[in-house]
This record gives sequence, structure tokens and C-alpha cells, in this order.
Amino acid sequence: MSIFVDKGTRLVVQGITGRDGSFHARQMLAYGTPIVAGVTPGKGGQKFENKVPIFNTVAEAVAATRANTSVIYVPAKFAADAVFEAADAGIKLVVCISEGVPVLDMTRVFPYLVERGVRLIGPNCPGIITPGIAKVGIIPGQICTPGPVGVVSRSGTLTYEVVYQLTRAGLGQTTCVGIGGDPIIGTNFIDCLAAFEADRDTKAVVIIGEIGGTDEQKAAEFVAKKMTKPVVGFIAGQTAPPGRRMGHAGAIISGSSGTAAEKIAAFERAGISVMKRPADVVPLISSRIRGSSRMRKAGKPAKQAPKRAAKTPVKKKK
Amino acid sequence: MNIHEYQARELLAQAGIAVPPGVVAATPAEARRAMERLGVPKVVVKAQVHAGGRGKAGGVKLADSPEQAERLAGQILGMKIKGLTVGKVLIVPATDIASEAYVGVIVDRASHSPVFMVSPAGGIDIEEVAAKTPEKIFRATVDARYGLLTHQAMALGFRLYSDVALVRQAADILQKLYRAFVDAGASLAEINPLVVTPKGEVVALDAKVVVDDNELERKPAIAALRDVAAEDPSEAMAREANLTYIKLDGNVGCCVNGAGLAMETMDLVKYYGGEPANFLDIGGSSNPEKVVTALRIITSDPKVKAILFNIFGGITRCDDVANGIVAATRQFKVDRPLVIRLTGTNEQAALKILEGVGMRALTDMDAAVEQAVKMAKGGAAA
Repeated sequence: MSIFVDKGTRLVVQGITGRDGSFHARQMLAYGTPIVAGVTPGKGGQKFENKVPIFNTVAEAVAATRANTSVIYVPAKFAADAVFEAADAGIKLVVCISEGVPVLDMTRVFPYLVERGVRLIGPNCPGIITPGIAKVGIIPGQICTPGPVGVVSRSGTLTYEVVYQLTRAGLGQTTCVGIGGDPIIGTNFIDCLAAFEADRDTKAVVIIGEIGGTDEQKAAEFVAKKMTKPVVGFIAGQTAPPGRRMGHAGAIISGSSGTAAEKIAAFERAGISVMKRPADVVPLISSRIRGSSRMRKAGKPAKQAPKRAAKTPVKKKK
Repeated sequence: MNIHEYQARELLAQAGIAVPPGVVAATPAEARRAMERLGVPKVVVKAQVHAGGRGKAGGVKLADSPEQAERLAGQILGMKIKGLTVGKVLIVPATDIASEAYVGVIVDRASHSPVFMVSPAGGIDIEEVAAKTPEKIFRATVDARYGLLTHQAMALGFRLYSDVALVRQAADILQKLYRAFVDAGASLAEINPLVVTPKGEVVALDAKVVVDDNELERKPAIAALRDVAAEDPSEAMAREANLTYIKLDGNVGCCVNGAGLAMETMDLVKYYGGEPANFLDIGGSSNPEKVVTALRIITSDPKVKAILFNIFGGITRCDDVANGIVAATRQFKVDRPLVIRLTGTNEQAALKILEGVGMRALTDMDAAVEQAVKMAKGGAAA
């Protein structure tokens, strides 16, 4: 199984004829993703790549094709409206790739979606891939392979790096989710961790965070209290210099400066094995899957032991 | 985007908030005339710079004559605060203060909403107040679809004052502050301190507004407030090319796509015993021109001994990056060794482009970082 995206996914691509939208729609088709429709206002009635019908509105696309998932590649200033449009058309999973969406737009989008039971992934995110089944977004398909590891990340390209390390070592993935790094995002770490915990094929989870905010600390609390599956974590930005911070409100509201050290400590307290660098994901995941009671054959083992094994001790869950 | 205090005060004044008069000066003589124009016995001379802690750095001083204002402005102008040069001062009348409060609104990640925070214990130590006596900070979450409701604003006002006349003034200011926050496309707007004058007027003495960069395209009047002279020059050049660049002190120049991978690349440079010269994120959907600018910026740093490209193509296409590297070497002399790591979208096409001009690329990140660190050390020894 998988989370959020599976064999039942019927995808509509909003902005399918744009530069990024068309490029990635072709990549998604090549991966075998069931794209049932595209939307570009003014191009309704045409076909994309001679097979995907294009509609003027998402509502028309849903009525004609029973699309249940949407992916958005429109320019940032139109992205909030594209999310509202998908929600109004009855789409229940919206993945917004667009980068640069004004945060005040998101403050209006978020409560609207919550009231309608719509899940948003992103914005400013790489999307989701369930290897071997479908990719919704821009995660390169060739770096993924099916298997037992769930991956959730705030970053884009850093996720690819970690997934690539897993795949090269024969450790496949159930689903990889890039939740996006913007201040307001539709789906957070905890939503994904809960979904992975409930997914019977996921045997271990990798969580990739960054400096800033307190989302990782909250995720760590969730892992300690609610998760039975092993979790391996990573925090980027350990050497980032403190910025020239302006205003007091940021520090007042979080009560935290969001440093890598704080987050790593929170992970370790929660029993999350912390990688020092992306390559450490392989030995840590291998040992945590072996150590887990719900163990299952986890694909081929790594061909060679990495030169520098992680120095962080592997913590057993109590 | 950061804007200056005097600009933030103007935004608040436009929203109808009472702000004491103030005059901006770029020279000591202007500061003297500013005080004469204000016609008050005492003024405060305040450095206009995009950094906090101005007062503690000696950038805020009291003057009781135009001559003294001129002299103090002469000391403050040109002063460096947290690496940034002060180019302007704001001259404001010194105010008699009966009480100092803090009010601010910020976009809060946790509640996905704008959140107001107020405290009757405002002033320069507000962060300490929040850390040590969090019960003195009061919050209200705003549903952005409806704005700050009047009853919410009144309830916050009662947290600051007991006199209902003051509460009504504060509530009015909070609602106007929210309007200014939305109109500016801000991610933060705060007044610290909000003071009560001996006459019983609630007045905003100092204001800070941080604008969401993603709003600038649709708010040209706000975008025009940018003071390029107050920014670090190489960071300003990067911003114009849509790159994110932060200069550091090391000698391994880094050019990466994606903020997370860029931070991780710096971490890995340190892990292998090197020091990163910069953080540089070329962003998604990169075109070759961006890569040319990135290389220009990195090579303009004389400390850089080796340049490391770490590209994991997703929405960024590796061939775009390869074309950019080749174009850069044709436009100017790249006289430092390059270590190129490319993998992901259009990787094969990129490798062909680089091979065509006799360049090599690696696909493994650790190997590339290790090599770049080694080259930077070799370069330093030579």
C-alpha cells in the first residue's frame, strides 16, 4: 500500500500547457501516472500529447473524467485561486507545486480547505510519489523504487538525495512526500507520520527537516507518543549562520530559535535515530528495520558497508 | 523584504494610526535642519538599518540642541551595525512616556493564521519578557477571511489598559495595524513601544514591518520602498537574479539547487573538514542565465579557492545548469577549479554538454564535496 496516492488516483493537471506544467505532465505520463485531464483556461477541447483532454475549468474536468486528485503548476500569483477552484470542484487531494505563493493567500486558503475536508500538499513542494504506481509532482521517478520505507520531508532536492541513497542500497519506498518549506503548508509532518503509521506496508519512516520553526519538535513529540514504527531523522542547516533577524514577534511566538541542535535533541529524545549526513540513512534504516519486531524482507541489502558509519548511536524504542 | 522604521511609520500613518512627526536625514546638516523644523527641545536620532539591537549598538541617541543632533548624526551615519552601514537617520521628538506596551501581528506557522500578540510590558526587553514571564504575553488568532474582529481587538485592548478610553484607542490601532499588515503584504508588523502620552493619547513610537517577498510583484508601491544601499551588495545582486545568496567566511564556493540541499552541502563541506564560502540556492526552474550570475557572484569572492556545484535535478533541469556553466566560462574567466555534481532530471543531456567542452561531472554528492574540499586546501597551499 501507500499513503495519499495509489491505484485509485485519477489526476487532473492544472496549468498543463505551461512551461513547467507541460514538461512535468509528460514526465508523469512517462512514469505511468493516470492523468485523466488537464486544465488551461481558453484551451478547453484540445488534447495534451494527443491523449489527455484539456478543459477550461476544473469543475468541467471533474464532471467529465471523475478526477479525484489535482496537481497545480500555475504561476504563484494564481496558485491560491487554483487551490480554491480544485476544492470547489470536489477534488479531495490537491498538490500545489507552485513556488512563491504569498503567505497571506495561504492564510485564507487553509481554513477554507479544512472546512471542506480537502487535503492540500504544499505549496512550494516537490509533490508525492508512490513508486511503481504514480507520481504527482516533480520528484524524479528514476531515483525511487518500491519498498518498505516511508519518506517525508520539508525540502525538495534534499529529499531526492536521501531517496537516491535508499534506492541505490536496495531500500525501496512505499511513498515519498515533500510537504514544502513555506511558513504555511497544507499537510505537515504529523499528518504524514500518522498516515505512514497506519499504512501496513510501511515498515520504517524517514523524516527530513530543516532549521527554523518548531514543526520538527512537534513531529518528535508525535513519534514518541503515537508511533510504533522506527523513525530515522535528519536536520539540514547544522552549520547555517544565524540570520539578521528583524522584529521580536518570531521569537516570542515560537519561544524557540529553531536551531538544528534543538531539533536534533528533540529527535533523539523521541527515539528517532539521527543521521549526520544523507548517506547515513542506509545503515540506520537497515538496522532499525532489522531491529523492528514487524520485520519483513526489505529488498536487497546494501552491497558494501559505507565507509563512515553514523556515529549517532541507534536508539531502541522503549 | 525589510523596510526602514521611517517607512514602516509612514505605512502606519497611512492606515490612520497616530505616529509622532519625524524627519529622515542622510547627512549631519540635514539632521540639524530636521530638528529645527520639528521645533522641539529634545529629539532622538535613530539609525535606519535592517538590523535589530540598534540602541544597544549605539545607533539611537538623545539630542537637546540642533548642534548636538548634527554631531550625533555625524557619529551614527556611516556606523556599521551587524555588518550593515547606516545611511540614514530618523529624527523624532523625544516623547514623555507614561507606559510602554508591545503590539505585533505575525503569520503563525502553527495556527496557519495571522496571530496578534500584545503585552503591557513592552520596550526593548520584550523578548526577555516573553521568555521569562510568558503570562504577560496575550494572543489572538485571526481568521484571515474576516480580519481582526472588533471584540477581539477590544479584548486585547483590555489586556493593555484598564481605562476604557485607552482600550478603545488601542483596539482601533490594532484593527488599523491589521489593515496596514494586509495592505503591505507583510509577514510581520509590530509597534514597540506603543505608548500613552501624559495627555492620554495612545501613540506608536517605533514600528517594524517585514514584507513577504512573494507579495512584491503585485504590490509595486511596496516594492519601491526597497533601499538597495542598505543591503549587502552581493546579496542584492543575487536577489536581482532571483538567487538566494548569503556570504560566509570559508573558501569552498557552493552553488546548489534547493535551500535544504544547499544547507546540507554546507554541512557536508564542514563534515569533510572544509569551510563553505557561501550559501547559494539557484532555486527551481533555473535557466542558464541564473547559473552564469551565480558563478559571477561566487568568483567575485577572492577567498574562494574551489567551486562546488551540487545539483539534484527535479524541476531544475541538469542540462540548463550545464549550459549555464559552459556559457559562464565563455563570458568570463573562471580561474578557480570547478567540481560539478549533477544528477536527476536530464542528467544524461547535461553530461554530454559538459563532455563537449572537456569538463567532467560526478554523480555522488559525498565524493564531490570531498574533492572540492581537497582542491580548496590545495589551492590555499599553492
